[in-house]
Amino acid sequence: MAKKVEFMMGNHAVAEGALYAGCRFFGGYPITPSTEVAERMAERLPQVGGRFIQMEDEIAAMASVIGASIGGVKALTATSGPGLSLKQENLGYAMLCEIPVVAVDVMRGGPSTGMPTGPSQSDIMCAKWGTHGDHPVIAVTPASVQEQFEETVRAFNLAEKYRCPVIVLTDAIIGQMMEQIEIPEPGELEVIERPKPTCKPEEYLPFDLDKDFVPLAAFGSGYRYHITGLHHNSDGFPTNDPVLHTKNTKRLIERINKNYDDIVKVEEFMIDDAEVLVFAIGVTARSAKHAVVEARNAGIKAGLIRPLTIWPFPEKHLDKILSKNKIKGIVVPEMNLGQMTLEVQRVARGRCEVEGLYSLMLDPILPAEILEKIRRFV
Amino acid sequence: MSYDYAKYLRKGKLPHIWCAGCSYGIVLKSLIRAIDSLQWDKNDVAIVSGIGCASRLPGYVDFNTLHTTHGRSIAFATGLKLANPKLNVLAMGGDGDMTAIGGNHFIHACRRNLDITIFVFNNNIYGMTGAQYSPTTPKGAWATTSPYGMAENNFNITDLAIGAGATYVARTTAYHVAHCEKTMKEAFLHKGTSVVEIINSCPTGFGRKNKFKTPASMLMWMKDNAVNIEKAKNMSPEELAGKFIIGVLHKVERPEYLETYDATVGLKK
Amino acid sequence: MAKAEKIEIIEKWCKGCEICVEFCPTGAIEMRDFKVAIKDLEKCTACMQCELRCPDFAIIVYKKEKE
Repeated sequence: MAKKVEFMMGNHAVAEGALYAGCRFFGGYPITPSTEVAERMAERLPQVGGRFIQMEDEIAAMASVIGASIGGVKALTATSGPGLSLKQENLGYAMLCEIPVVAVDVMRGGPSTGMPTGPSQSDIMCAKWGTHGDHPVIAVTPASVQEQFEETVRAFNLAEKYRCPVIVLTDAIIGQMMEQIEIPEPGELEVIERPKPTCKPEEYLPFDLDKDFVPLAAFGSGYRYHITGLHHNSDGFPTNDPVLHTKNTKRLIERINKNYDDIVKVEEFMIDDAEVLVFAIGVTARSAKHAVVEARNAGIKAGLIRPLTIWPFPEKHLDKILSKNKIKGIVVPEMNLGQMTLEVQRVARGRCEVEGLYSLMLDPILPAEILEKIRRFV
Repeated sequence: MSYDYAKYLRKGKLPHIWCAGCSYGIVLKSLIRAIDSLQWDKNDVAIVSGIGCASRLPGYVDFNTLHTTHGRSIAFATGLKLANPKLNVLAMGGDGDMTAIGGNHFIHACRRNLDITIFVFNNNIYGMTGAQYSPTTPKGAWATTSPYGMAENNFNITDLAIGAGATYVARTTAYHVAHCEKTMKEAFLHKGTSVVEIINSCPTGFGRKNKFKTPASMLMWMKDNAVNIEKAKNMSPEELAGKFIIGVLHKVERPEYLETYDATVGLKK
Repeated sequence: MAKAEKIEIIEKWCKGCEICVEFCPTGAIEMRDFKVAIKDLEKCTACMQCELRCPDFAIIVYKKEKE
């Protein structure tokens, strides 16, 4: 049977991916350039038995999806720019309380109200460190409308599998553009359903500090327990014990780190014999791929590393290539002033030169600009 | 004994964190009796709170309990109720939590008329952080951040709720224990967003520095100054000066949000 | 007059706020070392004010069975 092909907007593909993954609640607040996610969900959710609500502000939107998830329903919110800042406290709440939710951030120019319609990649560090305290983060970075769909499905799977919030970190170009997409058939992509606890309710430890993972019981399912954003013990009740605080914080971070191989997805393009690497995400990675092909045509051994997971940072992938190949330099093009370059430099540990290519010009970085940087290393 | 609270308490978590003479424990008892009188299954009750002294209440009772971020209890509760409408959802917090940092959620919940219950524990102060003035601190009153006396005007929480569109609005006090229980029960049974302001006392943060010698004297102040709405109807403004009214201040029938939403969108169940 | 069989005081929960003592109409209970204590059980009329108003769940009054 022929695949169902549509011409779809990136933000709509996020919504469709969420529905495919079983999302049945959306709590949002209008903000450019992410609003089409909310609009699509408002229309589509009732058709599949789900509910949409436009909350009174960004903070409430984030809170509502956490509340819905605690009620046992997969939930999505979407935002941009200042909205990501406003959502941070409750993102941290979801991290500490281990509540699976997915938040889409369609990056626009910042800081503050910034450039509401201007594409950007300047929320990379905000996605990682926006909320206070030590914490784990998963963020995925689609680069096409097809990936908007597929990576949103993956985001929901990761959220359920690791009981944590997942950020879909996309940008105004990928979110706003129209592109051809093949809609996956039901069953074609893996969809992870939330496991239910099997123990007796009186034995349920929702945050068991000695276990990697405990299924999250829905409120109303017969498992009565306490959730708090205070540091808590295995039973969910507050504790001031610094030993438990340390143990739980490390446990949450380790849960993500030790599943690196499952979580971190990277496209490696022409890297086997590469001497010059380009490291790029999202819309910039599309230009980077062109630049690599053009470099190859010009006889330069260039390769592309394109993370589809930016957090946790794909350092094992990068490290492996740097250990194997004799790399002359890495070009890091990004639509900000060097957020990702810092991470690449950290992993490179001086083994090769790392050169950023930054732009705040709101247009995508062109292949020719990236090619020029590649040439400097040969 | 007149009533056995043990069935609903997480006894291992007692004694609670509230100061000596804090009225929250008294109100918690009214709350337990109110829920018990409804004979609700404990599994079907969710209590959602924000941050502050009052918001520590859910930890002591054996329901589905959610202690959220400062001011956000209603927003969490909204998502929870939409995800699982069979839950009886109570959102609760103090005056600062509900009407300062959470003020936006408070008024919009009133406007929306989702079938949740909201309790505001009003003790006129931020207790947990050490007695800073709140939106309900009376003019002239001492607080650590109004050491020369409160200079701001204050909120009337029930007027705020009525103005924002809540369909059931009542006031009661920690002194009037039976009235408090009865009012809570009515609020729970009301279809739509119901708001109950419960006048409470913070002897440590407010009373001590505002001429209340003992915790009991703060309760007696409630007794002496509360006027039942039925009685108030026959009183002149002069007679009511300095008093506050308790009872059901506003009750109307309006379509409930979730029913309206599901019908409007033709929700496919 | 119905009287109390027993007044149970959970000392570790009592914070000594004195609300119970101030509301007791007959002086059956008193403060001792910052905690509530029974002064004279015979005076107790089992009006339940102390139990009802104790914020700490620390007093339970057991009424005498009616004869």
